[in-house]
Amino acid sequence: MFLDAIDKALLAGAFGPAAQRAMRLLQPYGEALGAARFIDIASAHIDGCLYHGPSGLDFVRAFLGSGARVRVPTSLNVMAVDLVHPERFAAPPVLADRQRELLQGYLDLGCAPTLTCAPYQRLPRPTFGEHVAWAESNATVFVNSCLGARSDRYGDFTDLCAALTGRVPEAGLHLDENRRARLLLRAPAPDASDLDRDLWFVCLGYALGEIARDRVAVIVGSPPDTTEDELKALGAAAASSGSVALFHVLGVTPEAKRLADVLDPATAPGEVSLSGDDLRRIAGRLCRAAAGEPVAAFCAGTPHYSPDEFRRLAAGVAGRRAAAGVEVLVSTSRAIAQQVEAAPWAEALWSFGVRLVVDTCTYLTPPALAGAGWVVTPSGKWAHYAPGTIGRRAALMSLDRCLRCAERGRIVP
Amino acid sequence: MNAPRNISGRRLVAGTARGTTAVLQAPLSLWGGFDPASGRIIDVHHPQHGLQIAGHIVVMPGGRGSSSSASVLLESVRLGRHPLALVLAEPDPVLVIGALVAADLYRVAVPVVRIGAAELAAVPDGANVRVDAMQSAANIVIA
Repeated sequence: MFLDAIDKALLAGAFGPAAQRAMRLLQPYGEALGAARFIDIASAHIDGCLYHGPSGLDFVRAFLGSGARVRVPTSLNVMAVDLVHPERFAAPPVLADRQRELLQGYLDLGCAPTLTCAPYQRLPRPTFGEHVAWAESNATVFVNSCLGARSDRYGDFTDLCAALTGRVPEAGLHLDENRRARLLLRAPAPDASDLDRDLWFVCLGYALGEIARDRVAVIVGSPPDTTEDELKALGAAAASSGSVALFHVLGVTPEAKRLADVLDPATAPGEVSLSGDDLRRIAGRLCRAAAGEPVAAFCAGTPHYSPDEFRRLAAGVAGRRAAAGVEVLVSTSRAIAQQVEAAPWAEALWSFGVRLVVDTCTYLTPPALAGAGWVVTPSGKWAHYAPGTIGRRAALMSLDRCLRCAERGRIVP
Repeated sequence: MNAPRNISGRRLVAGTARGTTAVLQAPLSLWGGFDPASGRIIDVHHPQHGLQIAGHIVVMPGGRGSSSSASVLLESVRLGRHPLALVLAEPDPVLVIGALVAADLYRVAVPVVRIGAAELAAVPDGANVRVDAMQSAANIVIA
Protein backbone atom coordinates (compact mmCIF):
# COMPACT_ATOMS: atom_id res chain seq x y z
CA MET A 1 0.00 0.00 0.00
CA PHE A 2 1.19 3.49 -0.79
CA LEU A 3 1.65 5.58 2.34
CA ASP A 4 1.20 9.34 2.42
CA ALA A 5 3.31 11.50 4.73
CA ILE A 6 0.49 11.55 7.28
CA ASP A 7 0.21 7.75 7.24
CA LYS A 8 3.93 7.41 7.87
CA ALA A 9 3.72 9.94 10.69
CA LEU A 10 0.80 8.07 12.23
CA LEU A 11 2.70 4.77 12.01
CA ALA A 12 5.82 6.37 13.48
CA GLY A 13 3.87 7.57 16.53
CA ALA A 14 3.94 11.30 15.73
CA PHE A 15 0.25 11.49 16.71
CA GLY A 16 0.73 9.45 19.87
CA PRO A 17 0.64 5.76 20.75
CA ALA A 18 -3.14 5.34 20.33
CA ALA A 19 -3.19 6.65 16.77
CA GLN A 20 -0.08 4.57 16.08
CA ARG A 21 -1.74 1.39 17.31
CA ALA A 22 -4.85 2.19 15.27
CA MET A 23 -2.80 2.75 12.12
CA ARG A 24 -0.91 -0.49 12.69
CA LEU A 25 -4.29 -2.28 12.59
CA LEU A 26 -5.52 -0.32 9.56
CA GLN A 27 -2.47 -1.12 7.45
CA PRO A 28 -2.91 -4.94 7.27
CA TYR A 29 -6.66 -4.31 7.07
CA GLY A 30 -6.18 -2.16 3.98
CA GLU A 31 -3.85 -4.74 2.47
CA ALA A 32 -6.42 -7.51 3.04
CA LEU A 33 -8.96 -5.41 1.14
CA GLY A 34 -6.52 -4.78 -1.68
CA ALA A 35 -6.50 -0.99 -1.19
CA ALA A 36 -3.89 1.09 -3.03
CA ARG A 37 -3.75 3.91 -0.45
CA PHE A 38 -5.45 5.64 2.47
CA ILE A 39 -7.90 8.55 2.24
CA ASP A 40 -9.23 11.15 4.72
CA ILE A 41 -12.64 10.77 6.33
CA ALA A 42 -14.95 13.57 7.50
CA SER A 43 -16.68 11.70 10.33
CA ALA A 44 -17.01 8.34 12.04
CA HIS A 45 -19.83 6.45 13.70
CA ILE A 46 -18.83 3.83 16.24
CA ASP A 47 -20.58 0.53 16.82
CA GLY A 48 -17.92 -0.84 19.16
CA CYS A 49 -19.48 0.93 22.15
CA LEU A 50 -22.10 -1.86 22.40
CA TYR A 51 -20.98 -4.20 25.18
CA HIS A 52 -20.57 -7.82 24.06
CA GLY A 53 -18.17 -8.93 26.78
CA PRO A 54 -14.90 -8.01 28.50
CA SER A 55 -12.99 -8.11 25.20
CA GLY A 56 -14.62 -4.84 24.12
CA LEU A 57 -13.29 -3.18 27.27
CA ASP A 58 -9.85 -4.71 26.70
CA PHE A 59 -9.89 -3.16 23.22
CA VAL A 60 -10.84 0.40 24.15
CA ARG A 61 -8.49 0.39 27.16
CA ALA A 62 -5.60 -0.37 24.84
CA PHE A 63 -6.08 3.16 23.44
CA LEU A 64 -6.62 5.04 26.71
CA GLY A 65 -4.06 6.59 28.97
CA SER A 66 -2.06 8.78 26.63
CA GLY A 67 -4.62 11.59 26.27
CA ALA A 68 -5.66 10.26 22.87
CA ARG A 69 -8.61 11.90 21.07
CA VAL A 70 -10.47 11.08 17.91
CA ARG A 71 -9.31 13.20 14.94
CA VAL A 72 -12.78 13.58 13.29
CA PRO A 73 -16.31 14.19 14.66
CA THR A 74 -17.39 10.79 15.98
CA SER A 75 -20.85 9.64 17.06
CA LEU A 76 -21.70 6.57 19.16
CA ASN A 77 -24.14 3.78 18.33
CA VAL A 78 -26.50 2.09 20.78
CA MET A 79 -25.41 0.25 23.92
CA ALA A 80 -26.50 -3.09 25.40
CA VAL A 81 -28.79 -1.47 27.98
CA ASP A 82 -31.04 1.54 28.49
CA LEU A 83 -29.21 3.47 31.21
CA VAL A 84 -32.20 5.83 31.62
CA HIS A 85 -34.89 3.11 32.02
CA PRO A 86 -33.00 -0.02 33.17
CA GLU A 87 -36.23 -1.39 34.75
CA ARG A 88 -37.64 -2.00 31.27
CA PHE A 89 -35.10 -4.77 30.73
CA ALA A 90 -34.41 -8.15 32.27
CA ALA A 91 -30.66 -7.67 32.52
CA PRO A 92 -28.32 -8.32 35.45
CA PRO A 93 -27.15 -5.00 37.01
CA VAL A 94 -23.55 -5.95 36.27
CA LEU A 95 -24.28 -5.56 32.55
CA ALA A 96 -25.15 -1.88 33.09
CA ASP A 97 -21.92 -1.39 35.09
CA ARG A 98 -19.76 -2.96 32.39
CA GLN A 99 -21.61 -1.02 29.71
CA ARG A 100 -21.01 2.25 31.58
CA GLU A 101 -17.28 1.50 31.75
CA LEU A 102 -17.19 0.80 28.02
CA LEU A 103 -19.12 3.99 27.22
CA GLN A 104 -16.75 5.99 29.43
CA GLY A 105 -13.79 4.68 27.47
CA TYR A 106 -15.24 5.97 24.20
CA LEU A 107 -16.23 9.29 25.81
CA ASP A 108 -12.68 9.70 27.14
CA LEU A 109 -11.46 9.38 23.55
CA GLY A 110 -13.69 12.31 22.53
CA CYS A 111 -16.70 10.55 20.98
CA ALA A 112 -20.11 12.26 21.21
CA PRO A 113 -22.70 10.44 23.40
CA THR A 114 -25.34 10.19 20.66
CA LEU A 115 -26.14 6.55 21.59
CA THR A 116 -28.25 5.88 18.54
CA CYS A 117 -28.06 3.82 15.37
CA ALA A 118 -29.60 6.77 13.50
CA PRO A 119 -27.54 9.86 14.46
CA TYR A 120 -28.38 11.30 11.03
CA GLN A 121 -31.88 11.99 12.40
CA ARG A 122 -30.46 14.78 14.58
CA LEU A 123 -26.84 15.73 13.93
CA PRO A 124 -25.46 17.40 10.84
CA ARG A 125 -25.47 14.68 8.21
CA PRO A 126 -22.71 13.37 6.02
CA THR A 127 -23.02 15.09 2.67
CA PHE A 128 -23.15 13.76 -0.88
CA GLY A 129 -19.82 12.31 -2.01
CA GLU A 130 -18.14 12.78 1.39
CA HIS A 131 -15.96 9.92 2.66
CA VAL A 132 -16.90 8.71 6.15
CA ALA A 133 -16.38 5.61 8.31
CA TRP A 134 -19.78 4.62 9.61
CA ALA A 135 -20.18 1.28 11.34
CA GLU A 136 -23.51 -0.38 12.30
CA SER A 137 -25.04 -2.04 9.27
CA ASN A 138 -28.24 0.01 9.12
CA ALA A 139 -26.36 3.31 9.60
CA THR A 140 -23.85 2.36 6.89
CA VAL A 141 -26.55 1.45 4.39
CA PHE A 142 -28.44 4.67 5.16
CA VAL A 143 -25.58 7.12 4.66
CA ASN A 144 -24.46 5.35 1.48
CA SER A 145 -27.87 4.87 -0.10
CA CYS A 146 -30.00 7.77 1.10
CA LEU A 147 -27.35 10.49 1.49
CA GLY A 148 -24.84 9.44 -1.14
CA ALA A 149 -21.98 9.70 1.36
CA ARG A 150 -19.30 7.03 1.04
CA SER A 151 -18.68 4.49 3.75
CA ASP A 152 -17.41 0.98 3.37
CA ARG A 153 -18.95 -1.76 5.53
CA TYR A 154 -17.00 -1.10 8.74
CA GLY A 155 -17.02 -3.39 11.72
CA ASP A 156 -16.40 -2.72 15.35
CA PHE A 157 -12.74 -1.73 15.97
CA THR A 158 -12.18 -0.42 12.43
CA ASP A 159 -14.57 2.37 13.40
CA LEU A 160 -12.40 3.54 16.31
CA CYS A 161 -9.16 3.07 14.35
CA ALA A 162 -10.58 5.27 11.59
CA ALA A 163 -11.74 7.90 14.10
CA LEU A 164 -8.35 8.02 15.87
CA THR A 165 -6.40 8.38 12.62
CA GLY A 166 -8.91 10.14 10.36
CA ARG A 167 -7.84 7.68 7.65
CA VAL A 168 -9.34 4.62 5.96
CA PRO A 169 -8.13 2.39 3.13
CA GLU A 170 -9.50 3.48 -0.22
CA ALA A 171 -11.47 0.29 -0.83
CA GLY A 172 -14.96 -1.07 -1.18
CA LEU A 173 -17.71 1.53 -1.37
CA HIS A 174 -15.28 4.47 -1.28
CA LEU A 175 -14.53 3.69 -4.93
CA ASP A 176 -16.77 4.77 -7.84
CA GLU A 177 -16.63 1.41 -9.58
CA ASN A 178 -17.86 -0.48 -6.51
CA ARG A 179 -20.89 1.80 -6.13
CA ARG A 180 -22.37 0.75 -9.46
CA ALA A 181 -25.26 -1.69 -9.46
CA ARG A 182 -24.48 -5.32 -10.31
CA LEU A 183 -28.12 -6.29 -9.89
CA LEU A 184 -31.33 -4.78 -11.20
CA LEU A 185 -34.24 -5.66 -8.96
CA ARG A 186 -37.75 -5.04 -10.30
CA ALA A 187 -40.27 -4.56 -7.50
CA PRO A 188 -43.94 -5.46 -7.89
CA ALA A 189 -46.38 -2.56 -7.60
CA PRO A 190 -47.23 -1.95 -3.93
CA ASP A 191 -50.95 -2.21 -4.76
CA ALA A 192 -50.52 -5.56 -6.52
CA SER A 193 -48.74 -7.17 -3.57
CA ASP A 194 -51.71 -6.94 -1.22
CA LEU A 195 -49.33 -5.82 1.55
CA ASP A 196 -49.67 -2.59 3.51
CA ARG A 197 -47.21 -0.04 2.24
CA ASP A 198 -44.85 -0.17 5.26
CA LEU A 199 -44.71 -3.98 5.13
CA TRP A 200 -44.08 -3.81 1.36
CA PHE A 201 -40.88 -1.82 1.95
CA VAL A 202 -39.66 -4.16 4.68
CA CYS A 203 -40.30 -7.30 2.61
CA LEU A 204 -38.69 -5.71 -0.43
CA GLY A 205 -35.61 -4.94 1.69
CA TYR A 206 -35.51 -8.47 3.08
CA ALA A 207 -35.75 -9.89 -0.46
CA LEU A 208 -33.02 -7.51 -1.59
CA GLY A 209 -30.65 -8.79 1.11
CA GLU A 210 -31.32 -12.43 0.30
CA ILE A 211 -30.88 -11.97 -3.43
CA ALA A 212 -28.09 -9.39 -3.53
CA ARG A 213 -26.12 -10.61 -0.47
CA ASP A 214 -23.28 -8.05 -0.68
CA ARG A 215 -23.86 -6.86 -4.26
CA VAL A 216 -25.03 -3.34 -4.97
CA ALA A 217 -28.50 -3.37 -6.49
CA VAL A 218 -30.72 -0.81 -8.12
CA ILE A 219 -34.41 -1.17 -7.33
CA VAL A 220 -36.88 -0.21 -10.03
CA GLY A 221 -40.53 0.28 -9.15
CA SER A 222 -40.49 2.03 -5.79
CA PRO A 223 -43.06 4.85 -5.62
CA PRO A 224 -41.69 8.33 -6.44
CA ASP A 225 -42.94 9.59 -3.06
CA THR A 226 -40.86 7.01 -1.15
CA THR A 227 -39.90 8.57 2.20
CA GLU A 228 -36.64 8.51 4.06
CA ASP A 229 -38.20 6.43 6.84
CA GLU A 230 -39.31 3.86 4.28
CA LEU A 231 -35.78 3.67 2.86
CA LYS A 232 -34.44 3.36 6.41
CA ALA A 233 -36.70 0.33 7.02
CA LEU A 234 -35.86 -1.21 3.66
CA GLY A 235 -32.11 -0.79 4.18
CA ALA A 236 -32.14 -2.19 7.71
CA ALA A 237 -33.99 -5.31 6.50
CA ALA A 238 -31.55 -5.73 3.59
CA ALA A 239 -28.57 -5.37 5.92
CA SER A 240 -30.05 -8.11 8.15
CA SER A 241 -30.95 -10.75 5.56
CA GLY A 242 -27.82 -9.91 3.55
CA SER A 243 -24.74 -7.69 3.84
CA VAL A 244 -26.17 -4.90 1.73
CA ALA A 245 -24.29 -1.67 2.49
CA LEU A 246 -25.52 0.32 -0.52
CA PHE A 247 -28.59 0.13 -2.70
CA HIS A 248 -30.01 2.52 -5.25
CA VAL A 249 -33.67 3.24 -5.92
CA LEU A 250 -34.32 4.59 -9.38
CA GLY A 251 -35.72 8.11 -9.22
CA VAL A 252 -35.49 8.21 -5.43
CA THR A 253 -31.95 7.86 -4.04
CA PRO A 254 -29.41 10.57 -4.90
CA GLU A 255 -27.04 8.54 -7.07
CA ALA A 256 -29.81 6.98 -9.19
CA LYS A 257 -31.50 9.81 -11.04
CA ARG A 258 -31.26 7.74 -14.23
CA LEU A 259 -30.53 4.03 -14.66
CA ALA A 260 -27.45 4.91 -16.71
CA ASP A 261 -25.99 6.72 -13.66
CA VAL A 262 -25.70 3.55 -11.62
CA LEU A 263 -25.26 0.76 -14.17
CA ASP A 264 -21.82 -0.18 -15.40
CA PRO A 265 -21.84 0.38 -19.17
CA ALA A 266 -19.37 -2.48 -19.66
CA THR A 267 -21.20 -5.29 -17.86
CA ALA A 268 -24.85 -6.26 -17.94
CA PRO A 269 -26.32 -6.46 -14.44
CA GLY A 270 -28.07 -9.54 -13.15
CA GLU A 271 -31.79 -8.95 -13.32
CA VAL A 272 -34.46 -10.27 -10.97
CA SER A 273 -38.18 -9.49 -11.07
CA LEU A 274 -40.01 -9.93 -7.79
CA SER A 275 -43.71 -10.76 -7.77
CA GLY A 276 -46.30 -9.84 -5.18
CA ASP A 277 -46.23 -13.54 -4.20
CA ASP A 278 -42.48 -13.36 -3.51
CA LEU A 279 -43.00 -10.51 -1.06
CA ARG A 280 -46.02 -12.19 0.54
CA ARG A 281 -43.94 -15.36 1.04
CA ILE A 282 -41.30 -13.34 2.90
CA ALA A 283 -43.99 -11.72 5.04
CA GLY A 284 -45.27 -15.22 5.81
CA ARG A 285 -41.84 -16.55 6.78
CA LEU A 286 -41.34 -13.67 9.22
CA CYS A 287 -44.81 -14.01 10.73
CA ARG A 288 -45.71 -17.54 11.84
CA ALA A 289 -48.25 -16.37 14.41
CA ALA A 290 -51.79 -17.73 14.14
CA ALA A 291 -54.90 -15.69 14.80
CA GLY A 292 -55.97 -15.82 18.44
CA GLU A 293 -52.52 -16.53 19.92
CA PRO A 294 -51.45 -14.24 22.80
CA VAL A 295 -49.35 -11.11 22.26
CA ALA A 296 -46.76 -10.10 24.89
CA ALA A 297 -45.44 -6.92 23.34
CA PHE A 298 -45.20 -4.51 20.46
CA CYS A 299 -41.64 -3.43 19.68
CA ALA A 300 -40.80 -0.70 17.19
CA GLY A 301 -37.88 1.63 16.62
CA THR A 302 -35.36 -0.74 15.00
CA PRO A 303 -33.71 1.37 13.57
CA HIS A 304 -34.43 4.16 16.06
CA TYR A 305 -37.73 5.94 15.48
CA SER A 306 -37.66 9.36 13.82
CA PRO A 307 -39.80 12.35 14.88
CA ASP A 308 -42.00 11.71 11.80
CA GLU A 309 -42.53 8.08 12.76
CA PHE A 310 -43.57 9.15 16.28
CA ARG A 311 -46.05 11.65 14.82
CA ARG A 312 -47.58 8.96 12.61
CA LEU A 313 -47.73 6.52 15.52
CA ALA A 314 -49.45 9.12 17.71
CA ALA A 315 -52.06 9.73 15.01
CA GLY A 316 -52.58 5.96 14.64
CA VAL A 317 -53.14 5.28 18.34
CA ALA A 318 -55.27 8.34 19.15
CA GLY A 319 -58.17 7.31 21.37
CA ARG A 320 -56.97 3.71 21.64
CA ARG A 321 -55.34 1.68 24.39
CA ALA A 322 -53.16 -1.44 24.37
CA ALA A 323 -54.57 -4.49 26.19
CA ALA A 324 -53.50 -5.05 29.80
CA GLY A 325 -50.25 -6.99 29.98
CA VAL A 326 -49.04 -5.97 26.51
CA GLU A 327 -45.82 -3.93 26.65
CA VAL A 328 -45.57 -1.22 23.99
CA LEU A 329 -41.90 -0.33 23.56
CA VAL A 330 -40.51 2.14 21.03
CA SER A 331 -36.76 2.69 20.77
CA THR A 332 -35.14 6.00 19.89
CA SER A 333 -32.30 8.30 20.90
CA ARG A 334 -32.31 10.40 24.09
CA ALA A 335 -32.42 13.53 21.95
CA ILE A 336 -35.52 12.49 20.00
CA ALA A 337 -37.17 11.09 23.16
CA GLN A 338 -36.86 14.54 24.75
CA GLN A 339 -38.36 16.16 21.69
CA VAL A 340 -41.30 13.70 21.72
CA GLU A 341 -41.88 14.01 25.45
CA ALA A 342 -42.26 17.77 25.01
CA ALA A 343 -44.62 17.52 22.02
CA PRO A 344 -48.29 18.45 22.51
CA TRP A 345 -49.42 15.48 20.37
CA ALA A 346 -47.53 12.93 22.49
CA GLU A 347 -50.39 12.40 24.96
CA ALA A 348 -51.99 9.87 22.59
CA LEU A 349 -48.82 7.75 22.82
CA TRP A 350 -48.85 7.55 26.60
CA SER A 351 -52.61 6.83 26.68
CA PHE A 352 -52.07 3.90 24.34
CA GLY A 353 -49.36 2.60 26.68
CA VAL A 354 -46.24 3.54 24.69
CA ARG A 355 -43.04 3.49 26.71
CA LEU A 356 -39.84 4.85 25.28
CA VAL A 357 -36.58 2.95 25.26
CA VAL A 358 -33.38 4.96 24.73
CA ASP A 359 -29.65 4.17 24.44
CA THR A 360 -30.34 0.68 23.11
CA CYS A 361 -32.78 -1.43 21.15
CA THR A 362 -35.24 -4.04 22.39
CA TYR A 363 -33.66 -7.00 20.57
CA LEU A 364 -30.20 -6.64 22.14
CA THR A 365 -31.05 -7.37 25.79
CA PRO A 366 -34.39 -9.02 26.61
CA PRO A 367 -37.02 -6.46 27.59
CA ALA A 368 -38.93 -7.27 30.80
CA LEU A 369 -42.17 -8.75 29.44
CA ALA A 370 -44.96 -10.26 31.49
CA GLY A 371 -46.19 -12.83 29.00
CA ALA A 372 -44.54 -15.51 26.88
CA GLY A 373 -46.61 -14.63 23.81
CA TRP A 374 -45.62 -13.16 20.49
CA VAL A 375 -43.82 -9.89 20.02
CA VAL A 376 -45.41 -8.06 17.10
CA THR A 377 -43.14 -5.68 15.21
CA PRO A 378 -43.15 -3.62 12.01
CA SER A 379 -39.32 -3.95 11.85
CA GLY A 380 -37.76 -6.53 9.55
CA LYS A 381 -34.50 -6.26 11.44
CA TRP A 382 -36.18 -6.94 14.79
CA ALA A 383 -38.11 -9.90 13.38
CA HIS A 384 -34.93 -11.31 11.84
CA TYR A 385 -32.62 -11.09 14.86
CA ALA A 386 -34.74 -11.28 18.03
CA PRO A 387 -35.41 -15.05 17.94
CA GLY A 388 -31.63 -15.65 18.07
CA THR A 389 -30.50 -12.74 20.24
CA ILE A 390 -33.18 -12.67 22.94
CA GLY A 391 -35.04 -15.93 22.30
CA ARG A 392 -38.33 -14.22 21.51
CA ARG A 393 -40.89 -15.29 18.93
CA ALA A 394 -41.37 -12.35 16.61
CA ALA A 395 -44.21 -11.68 14.21
CA LEU A 396 -43.55 -9.15 11.47
CA MET A 397 -46.60 -7.20 10.35
CA SER A 398 -47.70 -3.76 9.23
CA LEU A 399 -47.85 -1.05 11.86
CA ASP A 400 -51.62 -0.96 11.48
CA ARG A 401 -51.97 -4.68 12.24
CA CYS A 402 -49.39 -4.50 15.07
CA LEU A 403 -51.51 -1.88 16.80
CA ARG A 404 -54.70 -3.91 16.40
CA CYS A 405 -52.90 -6.94 17.90
CA ALA A 406 -51.60 -4.84 20.79
CA GLU A 407 -55.11 -3.52 21.41
CA ARG A 408 -56.64 -6.99 21.53
CA GLY A 409 -53.74 -8.73 23.27
CA ARG A 410 -54.13 -11.44 20.62
CA ILE A 411 -52.95 -11.99 17.07
CA VAL A 412 -55.63 -10.63 14.76
CA PRO A 413 -55.76 -11.25 10.98
CA MET B 1 -6.77 -43.16 0.98
CA ASN B 2 -6.70 -40.08 -1.21
CA ALA B 3 -3.53 -38.04 -1.56
CA PRO B 4 -3.54 -34.68 0.24
CA ARG B 5 -5.04 -31.92 -1.84
CA ASN B 6 -3.80 -28.33 -1.95
CA ILE B 7 -5.92 -25.25 -2.43
CA SER B 8 -4.14 -21.97 -2.89
CA GLY B 9 -5.71 -18.76 -1.71
CA ARG B 10 -4.90 -15.26 -0.56
CA ARG B 11 -3.98 -14.34 2.98
CA LEU B 12 -6.34 -11.80 4.53
CA VAL B 13 -5.09 -12.26 8.09
CA ALA B 14 -1.85 -14.08 8.92
CA GLY B 15 -1.52 -17.30 10.90
CA THR B 16 -1.54 -21.07 10.77
CA ALA B 17 -4.18 -23.50 11.98
CA ARG B 18 -4.92 -27.20 11.94
CA GLY B 19 -8.31 -28.80 12.51
CA THR B 20 -11.46 -30.22 10.98
CA THR B 21 -13.64 -28.22 8.66
CA ALA B 22 -17.13 -26.96 9.41
CA VAL B 23 -18.49 -26.10 5.98
CA LEU B 24 -21.41 -23.68 6.20
CA GLN B 25 -24.09 -23.85 3.55
CA ALA B 26 -24.95 -20.17 3.89
CA PRO B 27 -23.14 -17.00 5.01
CA LEU B 28 -23.30 -16.38 8.75
CA SER B 29 -23.35 -13.12 10.68
CA LEU B 30 -21.38 -13.97 13.84
CA TRP B 31 -23.33 -11.31 15.71
CA GLY B 32 -26.82 -12.64 16.24
CA GLY B 33 -25.73 -15.86 14.57
CA PHE B 34 -22.96 -17.31 16.74
CA ASP B 35 -22.87 -17.62 20.51
CA PRO B 36 -19.29 -17.02 21.70
CA ALA B 37 -20.00 -18.79 25.02
CA SER B 38 -21.25 -22.08 23.54
CA GLY B 39 -19.53 -21.90 20.15
CA ARG B 40 -22.77 -22.77 18.35
CA ILE B 41 -24.78 -21.22 15.51
CA ILE B 42 -27.82 -19.48 17.06
CA ASP B 43 -29.29 -17.86 13.92
CA VAL B 44 -32.66 -19.60 13.59
CA HIS B 45 -32.78 -18.71 9.88
CA HIS B 46 -29.45 -20.45 9.19
CA PRO B 47 -29.73 -23.98 7.73
CA GLN B 48 -27.16 -25.26 10.26
CA HIS B 49 -28.74 -23.71 13.37
CA GLY B 50 -27.25 -25.44 16.44
CA LEU B 51 -23.98 -26.53 14.78
CA GLN B 52 -20.80 -26.30 16.87
CA ILE B 53 -18.21 -24.24 14.97
CA ALA B 54 -15.76 -23.29 17.74
CA GLY B 55 -12.53 -25.25 17.40
CA HIS B 56 -13.15 -25.85 13.70
CA ILE B 57 -11.82 -24.42 10.47
CA VAL B 58 -14.94 -22.55 9.39
CA VAL B 59 -15.48 -22.53 5.63
CA MET B 60 -18.25 -20.24 4.39
CA PRO B 61 -19.13 -18.13 1.37
CA GLY B 62 -18.88 -14.90 3.40
CA GLY B 63 -19.88 -13.07 6.53
CA ARG B 64 -23.20 -11.32 6.64
CA GLY B 65 -24.97 -8.45 8.31
CA SER B 66 -23.84 -6.82 11.48
CA SER B 67 -20.78 -4.69 12.25
CA SER B 68 -20.76 -6.35 15.67
CA SER B 69 -19.52 -9.62 14.21
CA ALA B 70 -15.99 -8.32 14.81
CA SER B 71 -16.74 -8.00 18.54
CA VAL B 72 -18.31 -11.44 18.69
CA LEU B 73 -15.24 -12.98 17.04
CA LEU B 74 -12.96 -11.19 19.52
CA GLU B 75 -15.07 -12.26 22.50
CA SER B 76 -15.00 -15.87 21.30
CA VAL B 77 -11.19 -15.65 21.16
CA ARG B 78 -11.09 -14.28 24.71
CA LEU B 79 -13.25 -17.22 25.82
CA GLY B 80 -11.21 -19.72 23.79
CA ARG B 81 -14.36 -20.77 21.87
CA HIS B 82 -13.39 -19.36 18.51
CA PRO B 83 -13.18 -20.71 14.98
CA LEU B 84 -9.56 -21.83 14.42
CA ALA B 85 -9.49 -20.20 10.99
CA LEU B 86 -11.92 -18.66 8.53
CA VAL B 87 -11.93 -19.64 4.87
CA LEU B 88 -14.08 -17.32 2.76
CA ALA B 89 -14.93 -16.74 -0.88
CA GLU B 90 -15.47 -13.01 -0.25
CA PRO B 91 -13.05 -10.83 1.73
CA ASP B 92 -15.26 -9.82 4.65
CA PRO B 93 -13.89 -6.60 6.22
CA VAL B 94 -15.77 -7.14 9.50
CA LEU B 95 -14.22 -10.57 10.10
CA VAL B 96 -10.79 -9.35 8.97
CA ILE B 97 -10.65 -6.60 11.62
CA GLY B 98 -11.95 -8.98 14.30
CA ALA B 99 -9.11 -11.39 13.58
CA LEU B 100 -6.49 -8.58 13.39
CA VAL B 101 -7.55 -7.25 16.81
CA ALA B 102 -7.49 -10.79 18.28
CA ALA B 103 -3.85 -11.06 17.23
CA ASP B 104 -3.03 -7.56 18.56
CA LEU B 105 -4.79 -7.87 21.94
CA TYR B 106 -4.61 -11.56 22.82
CA ARG B 107 -1.79 -12.84 20.61
CA VAL B 108 -4.15 -15.48 19.18
CA ALA B 109 -3.93 -16.04 15.43
CA VAL B 110 -7.20 -16.70 13.64
CA PRO B 111 -5.98 -16.86 10.04
CA VAL B 112 -8.43 -15.64 7.43
CA VAL B 113 -7.96 -16.89 3.87
CA ARG B 114 -9.85 -16.12 0.70
CA ILE B 115 -10.22 -18.85 -1.93
CA GLY B 116 -12.22 -19.05 -5.15
CA ALA B 117 -15.93 -19.78 -4.92
CA ALA B 118 -15.56 -23.02 -6.92
CA GLU B 119 -12.71 -24.28 -4.67
CA LEU B 120 -14.73 -23.32 -1.61
CA ALA B 121 -17.69 -25.36 -2.80
CA ALA B 122 -15.41 -28.41 -3.14
CA VAL B 123 -14.04 -28.34 0.44
CA PRO B 124 -15.47 -31.39 2.26
CA ASP B 125 -17.18 -31.00 5.63
CA GLY B 126 -15.38 -32.65 8.56
CA ALA B 127 -12.08 -32.97 6.68
CA ASN B 128 -8.70 -32.65 8.38
CA VAL B 129 -7.17 -29.44 7.13
CA ARG B 130 -4.03 -27.40 7.61
CA VAL B 131 -4.21 -23.66 6.91
CA ASP B 132 -0.95 -21.85 6.26
CA ALA B 133 -1.39 -18.11 5.85
CA MET B 134 2.06 -16.83 6.81
CA GLN B 135 2.79 -15.55 3.28
CA SER B 136 0.47 -13.45 1.12
CA ALA B 137 -0.06 -16.56 -1.01
CA ALA B 138 -1.88 -18.79 1.49
CA ASN B 139 -2.22 -22.55 1.30
CA ILE B 140 -4.87 -24.97 2.51
CA VAL B 141 -3.95 -28.65 2.66
CA ILE B 142 -6.79 -31.17 2.90
CA ALA B 143 -5.57 -34.50 4.33
